[in-house]
Amino acid sequence: MAIVTPLKTAAEQVLAQQFANVKAELPGGGAVRKLREDAFAGFEAKGLPHRRLESWRYTDLRMILREAKPLAGSAAVTPAVRERLAALKLDGTRLVLVDGAFAAELSTLEALPEGVSVNGLADALVSQRDDLTRILSGPSVSADDSGLMLNTALMRDGVMVEIAEGTELDAPIAIVSLTSGSEERAIFSRSVVLAGKGVKATIVDINESVGPAAAQINNAIVFETGDESEVQHVRIVTRQQPESVQVLSLLATVGAQAKFDSFALVCKAGTVRQQNFVRYAGEHTEIGLRGVNLLGGTEHCDVTLVMDHEVPHGTSRELYKTIVGGEGTGVFQGKVIVRPQAQKVDGSMKSNALLLNDGATMFNKPELEIFADDVVCGHGATVAQIDGEQLFYLMARGLPRPQAEALVLQAFAGEAVEFVAEESLRELIMSEIEAWLGERRDSAVVSAI
Amino acid sequence: MLEIKNLVVKIADEDKQILNGLNLTVNAGEVAAIMGPNGSGKSTLSYVIAGKEDYEVLDGEILLNGENVLEMEADARAAAGIFLAFQYPLEIPGVATMTFLKAAMNAQRRARGEAELLTPDFIKQVNAAADKLSINRDMLRRPLNVGFSGGEKKRMEILQMALLAPSMCILDETDSGLDIDALRIVADGVNALRDKNRGFLVITHYQRLLDHIIPDTVHVMAKGRIVKSGGKELALELEKSGYAAYAEAA
Repeated sequence: MAIVTPLKTAAEQVLAQQFANVKAELPGGGAVRKLREDAFAGFEAKGLPHRRLESWRYTDLRMILREAKPLAGSAAVTPAVRERLAALKLDGTRLVLVDGAFAAELSTLEALPEGVSVNGLADALVSQRDDLTRILSGPSVSADDSGLMLNTALMRDGVMVEIAEGTELDAPIAIVSLTSGSEERAIFSRSVVLAGKGVKATIVDINESVGPAAAQINNAIVFETGDESEVQHVRIVTRQQPESVQVLSLLATVGAQAKFDSFALVCKAGTVRQQNFVRYAGEHTEIGLRGVNLLGGTEHCDVTLVMDHEVPHGTSRELYKTIVGGEGTGVFQGKVIVRPQAQKVDGSMKSNALLLNDGATMFNKPELEIFADDVVCGHGATVAQIDGEQLFYLMARGLPRPQAEALVLQAFAGEAVEFVAEESLRELIMSEIEAWLGERRDSAVVSAI
Repeated sequence: MLEIKNLVVKIADEDKQILNGLNLTVNAGEVAAIMGPNGSGKSTLSYVIAGKEDYEVLDGEILLNGENVLEMEADARAAAGIFLAFQYPLEIPGVATMTFLKAAMNAQRRARGEAELLTPDFIKQVNAAADKLSINRDMLRRPLNVGFSGGEKKRMEILQMALLAPSMCILDETDSGLDIDALRIVADGVNALRDKNRGFLVITHYQRLLDHIIPDTVHVMAKGRIVKSGGKELALELEKSGYAAYAEAA
């Protein structure tokens, strides 16, 4: 049998060099060091994810990452960073990462709510807690993803939030990841949220850039939420350079009789791969994954989900709304796994896309892997154009075409936003959506003139 | 007010001609009824007047107060005073009815160069009009037409007509799907808007609606043209004799 030795791409060679150079200085004790070494060995064996891997079929990272940018070092707290933070007007706790590094001086650590403790991930990695390896590893279905392996090998910092059993937070905790964008950099960061039994909390996860240089971002967020907890994760990815590339992993392990919801808005964000790996660790748990992706130009957004029903009586709801204009590309790959013992699972997965013009593309690939025989699982995937009947109805009431289109699109996207419980966050998301639609509408008006 | 001259229309993507040289005039203050069998082109006529894109006008013109509207998009026609009450009003999930009403009213005001409505004035107007049509406040907060019954949807059309105050109102089979009580509410709503400056074109299959909205003129449509015109007594005659004779005449 012939042994095939894959040729390394230029980027893979640079990454190997970078790992060799920095591994001694990356934070972490012996166990973390081993985790990094193993992860990088795994990455080297597989290389950057590419289109021949089913899970990366529509996002060929090997092609997209022609070169690996230099690794970001310490946080570059530029005036633009401070300006953006001031403009964000977030209530409650604010934890700031700049270029992947935890910026304690920009965070509101002095006023943490009772029951909440926060550490920089770099500090947490060198601590002696014995559950670090388990926490960082996340659900087993994420184990062979080489994008995530790269994150594990090279993660430099981030934030670790621990919320003590029984804590019910009034206001969201925001993790704001800003890219300074003064130079082209590669950023590897990871954040962890550990929510104890019965915790009620909302975590806002904002990812933006404030400078002109495009970044390569590989960011993971890990949730471990306890029994009877109710945790909502709201992610907004926007204001990135068109050439930026982001791999955003969500690793969630959710306890029994709990609720976990994650919503993500992606707009004006360049190339984005979101991969959500979710594990039901206890029975009678409800998990919802939803999102809105607004794409134009040559933007690309891939949402890949793996829901792992390991135990009976799990409920899962996925709803993704994608609007694609320009030469943009949307991808939805949703996989629901129901293991043999996981009876009485109730799953429903939907991905709806609207294509605004001929150059736009959408790939929809729902998958159900069901090994139990008493389950209710369904999926629906649609790709369509704006409904001409709805448009005519609105125009017949006097709305000019661009405004009528914007209203139809807003309504389309809004269906997924309704599931965000916190009103102020719904408003924030809708204002981003309206701004995107407004820009599109205004450019339509200009071209009509 | 509305003059339609020799209108010839086909479906845009098909070789199917629907209107074959239709002539019709509706004067200000007049309620004109159009009756006719299925497939005679009644709904097509209403869509073409309102500016739906699925049709191609091969010949003729539609004049509103002397101005040809065929070159205008649907929104410009609405701002010029044309209103179509749909046979099947569309559901728009995610858009609250109030938001939609305000957007529509202000879009028309902007198109006419008028100032936008202040929110308190807007709410006052909507509530007053809604009360007359037995539309409750909860319906106004719901997404437009989503989950509304047939009768609720038709009342919502009349509410929009009242708020937008068009000069030429076209009602496409507004009686379909209505029970007697809903029919009465809708008819009362229409009658309240009758005015010497406003024209109505009421499209219907049945005499029933015309017992409640008494027309000034009745036109019989068959095979894409008007084949007979008369007074309100013509509707009663049709109810007895049926459309067959007219289909042959066309």
